[in-house]
Amino acid sequence: MTTTDTNPVRAHRRHRLAERGIDKGLLLLVPALVVAIVLFVYPFAYGLGLTFQPSAKMQDEWGHTPFANYIAFFSDPFLFDTIWITLRLALPVALLNVLVSIPIAYKLRPQFRGKRTLLMILVLPVTLGAVLTSQGLIIFAGRSGWINQFLTGIGVIHDPLVLTMNYTGVFLSLVITGFPFAFLLVSSYLSGIDPNLEAAARTLGAGWLSRFTRVVFPLLLPGLATTFILTFVLAFSVFPSARIVGDPLGETRVMSLVLYRAFGDQNDYQLTATLAVMLGVVELIVVAIVLFGRSLVYRGHSGGKG
Amino acid sequence: MSSIQSAGLTTLEIQDVGRRFGGSQALAHFDMTVQGGEFIALLGPSGCGKSTALNCLAGLLPLTSGRILIDGKRIDTLPPEKRDFGMVFQNYALFPHLTVAKNVAFGLTMRKLPAATIKTRVAEALALVRLEPHAGKLPGQLSGGQQQRVAIARAIATRPRLVLMDEPLSNLDAKLRIDTRAEIRKLHQMLGLTTIYVTHDQEEALSMADRLVVLRDGLIQQIDTPEQIHERPKNPYVAEFMGYRNQLHGHVVSAQDDVVGVRVGELVLNAHPVTPLTVGDPVTIAIRPDDLLPVGPARAVRDRNVLTATPTIVEYQGQSFAVELRGPEGVVLHSRVGELPPQPGEPVQLTVGALRALAYPSADAPGAPVESTSRAEAVA
Repeated sequence: MTTTDTNPVRAHRRHRLAERGIDKGLLLLVPALVVAIVLFVYPFAYGLGLTFQPSAKMQDEWGHTPFANYIAFFSDPFLFDTIWITLRLALPVALLNVLVSIPIAYKLRPQFRGKRTLLMILVLPVTLGAVLTSQGLIIFAGRSGWINQFLTGIGVIHDPLVLTMNYTGVFLSLVITGFPFAFLLVSSYLSGIDPNLEAAARTLGAGWLSRFTRVVFPLLLPGLATTFILTFVLAFSVFPSARIVGDPLGETRVMSLVLYRAFGDQNDYQLTATLAVMLGVVELIVVAIVLFGRSLVYRGHSGGKG
Repeated sequence: MSSIQSAGLTTLEIQDVGRRFGGSQALAHFDMTVQGGEFIALLGPSGCGKSTALNCLAGLLPLTSGRILIDGKRIDTLPPEKRDFGMVFQNYALFPHLTVAKNVAFGLTMRKLPAATIKTRVAEALALVRLEPHAGKLPGQLSGGQQQRVAIARAIATRPRLVLMDEPLSNLDAKLRIDTRAEIRKLHQMLGLTTIYVTHDQEEALSMADRLVVLRDGLIQQIDTPEQIHERPKNPYVAEFMGYRNQLHGHVVSAQDDVVGVRVGELVLNAHPVTPLTVGDPVTIAIRPDDLLPVGPARAVRDRNVLTATPTIVEYQGQSFAVELRGPEGVVLHSRVGELPPQPGEPVQLTVGALRALAYPSADAPGAPVESTSRAEAVA
C-alpha cells in the first residue's frame, strides 16, 4: 500500500515539504529578493520615514508636528491643486487612448497585406522618448510649426493656433506616447477572444453593432480596465512634456513638476518624499476604483489564444 | 408537440460552389440538392474541403464561384446574419459571459421577439436537450457534453431554416460521443430540421445521415445513402476511406457481367466490377478486412479465390482479432477474425467472395490524380 495520512510509514521530509511547495528551487529567489529589498523596500521605507521628519522651515510654516509636510500638502493650494491638474490631464488621456485603440485594434485583427508595416508605424512612438516627442511637437505644432505655417499659408486661419506651451501640448504628447501601449494591450486582449464567438453571433442574426456590444465588448472590458490603468499611470507621472510643451507654472503644473521643484530648487528631501507618497496614493486610489469596477464584470476565459 | 419545427425549407440547391484560398482550390464544383428535412453528412479527412463547404453555406466564407439557393431564392449574397441558419461549432463557441439561458436566447433577442415568447422558446429548447436545471449557469461551469447541448439548443431555438454542424462531437470522449450522436439523431427525427453535418468519422456519418457526401481534395467523390457508400463505394478512394483497407493491383483477364477475373501477380482473383471492365484493363481490387477471411473447417474457399499469406501481427481488439499479413509478393493484407486467430509466422489461406472484392479501373487508385468524379463515369 502506498503512503497515506494514516500510514505509519512516513514519506521523507523532503517529499513532505515539496508537497507544500517548498523545495531547494526556492533558493533561486534569493538574489531577486535581495535586490528588491535593497533597491526598493529599504529606500521606500526610508522615504516614508523622511516624510514624517519635516524640515525646520516647513515646521515653522505649518506647525511643529511630524505631519507638517502633509499639512502643507493639503493646505497649500500650490501643492494640493496639482492633484486636479494632473488628473485633468491623465484621466482624459488614458480614456482617449483606450477608446481610440478599440476600433483600430478591432479593425486590424484579421490578416491583411501590409499589416506588419502598419503595426510598426502605430507602435513606433513607443521607442521615442517623451523628450523627443515633445521636441517634435514644438517643431510640428508650435507657434511657427508646420501646422500653423500650412494653415496660415493656405489662409484658413490668420493667427496661429496655440497648440503647445499649454494643456493641449501636453495632452497631445501624452496621447502620442501612450497610444502605442494602449493599442498593443488592447490588441492582445482582443486576440484572446475566440473569433468563433463572433461567427456564432453572426449566424444567430447579430449585426456588427450587436456583435460588438453584446459579445466583444463585454469580453474585452476587463482588459480595457487593465489597459486604462497602465496608460493612466504612465500619463499621471508625466514630467518632461509638461515642462517642454506645457505651461509648467500654470495649467500643466503636474505633481511630478512640483515634486522636482521641491527636490531641485528647495533641496527639501522630506517634502519631496511626501509629494512622492501623495503621487502614489492618488494613483492607487484611481487604480483601486477601476479594479473595483473590473471586479463587477465577467473576467473568465474568452476562448481565444490569449 | 414542440413548436420548434422546420421553418419550411423545401429545397436547398448548391450549384457548382467553389472556394479558393490564395492559389489553392479548397472546394470546387460542389453541386447537390438537399430536400427539406434531410440529414446530410459531409465526410472526409482533414483538408478535404468539408469545413470550407459548411462555412460557405453559413456565409462565413464568401464563395469564389457558384450559387446557393433556397426554394429558388439566392442566399449566397446574404450575410450570415440574414440567412436564418443555426450553426453548431466544433469548440461550441458559447458566449462565456452569458448564462446558458441567455446563450440560448441570443438568436431570439436578435430577432427582437417579445420577452414572453423568448422565455417560452428558451425553456423549450433547454427542455429538448434536458438542461433546464442549468439555465442559470455560465458555460464554464458545465461539462463538455453539456456545453455541446447548449450549443445545439442555441442553434435550434431560432427555428432556423437549416442547421449546420461542424464536427460537433470531436471534442467529446468516446462514450459521450455515442450518446450525443444518438441525441442529435433523435432531435432531428423529432423536429425535422434540415441538417448539414460535417465529420471526419465515417461511423458517425453512417449512423446519423440520410445521405453522405464524401469529399477529397475539395471535390465530391460520391453522394449516396450510407448503405450504398458502405457497400458500393464509387472509387478506390472512397473505398479506402470507408475501410476497404486491402487494395490489390492487377489486370483483367476475363470479363463477364458481374464477375471479372483479375490477375494479381501469380494468382487470379474473381472480383465484382463496380464499373464495366474489359479484358486488359488495369484494375485495383478493394476488400474490407471483415471480408478477407482465413479458410478453415468452418469456412470453405469462396468463388475459387485463394490467397496464401503469413500473419505478422495479431491484435486482440475486444470482439475480434485484427490480423496483419504478408501476402503474395510482399503485399500487406488485413483481416478481421472473430475467433481462433491464426498464429504469427504460420501461413494461412485467405478467401473472399467475388461480390465482396470490388474492382475499379486503376486510373482512380488513391494517389493517382483525380480531377473529378466524372472520371469514373467517363470510363463507364
